[in-house]
This record gives sequence, C-alpha cells and structure tokens, in this order.
Amino acid sequence: MKARVWGCRGSLPAPGPDTVRYGGNTSCVELRVDEDIVIVLDAGSGMRALGRELTAGPARVIHVLLTHLHMDHLQGLAFFLPFWAPDVELHIWGPPSPSYGLSERVAAYVSPPLFPVHLSDVPSRPIFHDVPDEPWMIGSALVAGYPVVHQGPTMGFRLTADGRTLAYLPDHEPSLGVNLRQLEPDWMSGYRVAEGADVLLHDAQYSDHEYESRVGWGHSTIDHAVAFADAAQAGHLVMFHHDPAHSDAELESLLDQARSLGDGGCPPSLAAEGMTIELGSAGVAMDSPSPAETDAPVPD
Amino acid sequence: MDVDKHRSLLLILARELASNLATPMFVVDVHGVLVFYNEAAEKLLGQSFATTGPIGPDQWGGTMFQPEDLDGNPITVNDLPLVDTMRERRPEHARFRITGLDGVKRTIEATSFPLFARVDDLAGAVSVFWEEIG
Repeated sequence: MKARVWGCRGSLPAPGPDTVRYGGNTSCVELRVDEDIVIVLDAGSGMRALGRELTAGPARVIHVLLTHLHMDHLQGLAFFLPFWAPDVELHIWGPPSPSYGLSERVAAYVSPPLFPVHLSDVPSRPIFHDVPDEPWMIGSALVAGYPVVHQGPTMGFRLTADGRTLAYLPDHEPSLGVNLRQLEPDWMSGYRVAEGADVLLHDAQYSDHEYESRVGWGHSTIDHAVAFADAAQAGHLVMFHHDPAHSDAELESLLDQARSLGDGGCPPSLAAEGMTIELGSAGVAMDSPSPAETDAPVPD
Repeated sequence: MDVDKHRSLLLILARELASNLATPMFVVDVHGVLVFYNEAAEKLLGQSFATTGPIGPDQWGGTMFQPEDLDGNPITVNDLPLVDTMRERRPEHARFRITGLDGVKRTIEATSFPLFARVDDLAGAVSVFWEEIG
C-alpha cells in the first residue's frame, strides 16, 4: 500500500512563499493498493494536480472517500480531470446523513450559483455511495469508515492491505469535553479508526493558545493529536490539516513540540505535499520532498 | 459485564455531555447495559460509576435502586421509563421513588429518550433525573 499526499492544508488553500515546504493545497491523499484502482482520500484542492497525473496513466476506476463535505475537502472535485472523463468509473463515498442523499449534498456545490455546471451533466456520471456501517472491499483493500467528532456528519477512514493499516482522521476533535490522557481509549472518538494503525494521519491544526478560542470547531491541538496517537498505539503520527495561517517555520516549531509531548512510541512527522508513505511487509517508509526541491523562490 | 469494545459515536458524545452535566444522567447502550452515569447521578444513587462499572438492565432496573410507584408498589424493570424507551424507541417520562445505594429513599422524575444514529439505527438511550425536593 502506497500513499501520496497531494494536499494537507486545513480550512483554506494557503499558497505562498511561507507554505512552500509543506504545501498550501487542502486535503487530498492518493492511495494505491491495486494497479488498476485508485483510492483518493478527500477532494480538497490538492485533487487538481492528482487528476492531471491520473489522466496520463491507465487508471479507469477511481474511488473517492470523502470524510465530510466541508469546502476544503470538496473544492477540488470539480477540478479533477477524471470527473470530466466519460470513460472513467468514478465512485464517491461519503458520510450518510438523515436528511439528504450524498449526491444531493455534493450537488449543492457542483451546481449554480456556486458552479456553472450541474452535477447531472458531469460526463463521468459519478456513482454515489453512503459509507456503510460495516467494512467493505475496494479491490484488495479493506476499508472501514466510522463517524467521529467534528462539525456535522464526518467519517474517519481505516484502510488495510498487505497486513498494514493506514488511518485517516484529518478533521477530528476527540478532546471535546474530555481529557484524552485520562479517558479509556474505547470511549475516545476515532479510536476504532486508529487502533493499532501503522500510520495515522491526524488533525493537528492548532497550538494550545489558538485552541482556547476555537473549542468546538472540530479540530485538534498538537497535544491532542499526540495524546490520541499514543492512546491508539499507532506506529507513526503524521500531523495533518495544517492551519492556513501557519508558515513552514511555525509548523516545524509545532513538530518540535509534538516530539516533546509523546511517550516515544509513536514518532510524529509533518504531512507535506509530495510526501509518500509506503506500507508493506518490510515496514513503513516515509519520504518527504527534500528542502532543495521545495525551497521558496527568492523574490527579485 | 461485557460491553462493546467499539462504541457508537453517539454513546461517546452522550457520555461527554453527561460527564459535563450537573444534572444526573444515565447512558445505556443498545443492549440496555448502563455504560455510564455521571457524578450528579452518583450523588443520587450513592455509589460511583468507577466502583460499579457497567451494569446490566436487570440489576440497575431492579435490585440496585428498588424502584416503586408513589403508593409504594414495586415497579418492575420493564415499566421503568428508560427500559420503555429502549423497547418502544420513543421518549418517556415518569415520576417514582428509588432507594439509593446509600439507603435513602428519594422521589424522582425521569425523562428518557432514544439515541438514533440514523433514522432507524438505535445506538442506546439516555435518561435524565430530577430529585423532587420537599
């Protein structure tokens, strides 16, 4: 199983010289288990570049797993080239809602006045699915989606293949109203998603100070992310959903903080655009773009 | 007492609400097991949840609190509002007496309602209590 990060910014794309190393695109992760099937976690603005790459390859079956329908997780869908390809089999999975179907909720974005084309006129004719209660197979990957604490119906995804598990919780506030370090793990939101995962991509949007005025907004601090990863006994924590106001230097300072907080069992790292994560029988290998590749352009 | 290792998000949220609430509150899972009661309920019942742990419906609805109607007749577990809520999947309200684990008899009002994760996916129920003072 190989994952590649195409966007890891939270809330709003944040391009610019301050965000070059970790990227400004919002949530999108490509996952490859089978040669002919692509799994895409979330449809943030990073999805645009992924679509460009996919059109050059043979992939004709694509499964997009939406954790929820906030704009930063959906805004790339209509700019994803396979969305406009009639010969692509495009499946879109998302959280069930008691009121409206997934296609109706996605159509609220892919239709006027927010978008010029109606969803019903999209050539790929996407097939929409509510995430089922029980795990299901996409190719040879076992996929499970479970509701987690955020604002509105939101899922965390757990994907297992080749004996390895990747957990994806980009928007998650498991600490709401509780102290994670005193709570039994089975009472934690998201525990079922992350328990024993080899790699956990988890919301780490705020500093402690920022969180004070954002309680209940659905996101985690660095401390929450580390405490959750430790409780879940994850193998690696990849800090995800970076705040759009955080520069590369600030993110690295938050990473230092994360390293000082954990119990040592789950080393943290920062998600970055272009980062690859390979999970296989040999273990987990993570590779981020080198600073030389990502250095900000020097202004004239 | 066996309880589900992986809990519904609704039960997790209900427990978070209960643990921050000054009003006594019970949380039961889909099997009717009392999986949490808060500190305010501990005062009413006379024993902490940390001591009791999860409790099956026969125990919390019967021997534990000895519920009786206002005339002093015992109430069976099946007639308690929370059990009714689980069976009928609808809100219930009742006024009755209990004897706490501290031996004190109290008149309480209880309101219970089901927790549906979706339209028909019952995750459990909660019950909120008020002690009648005076």
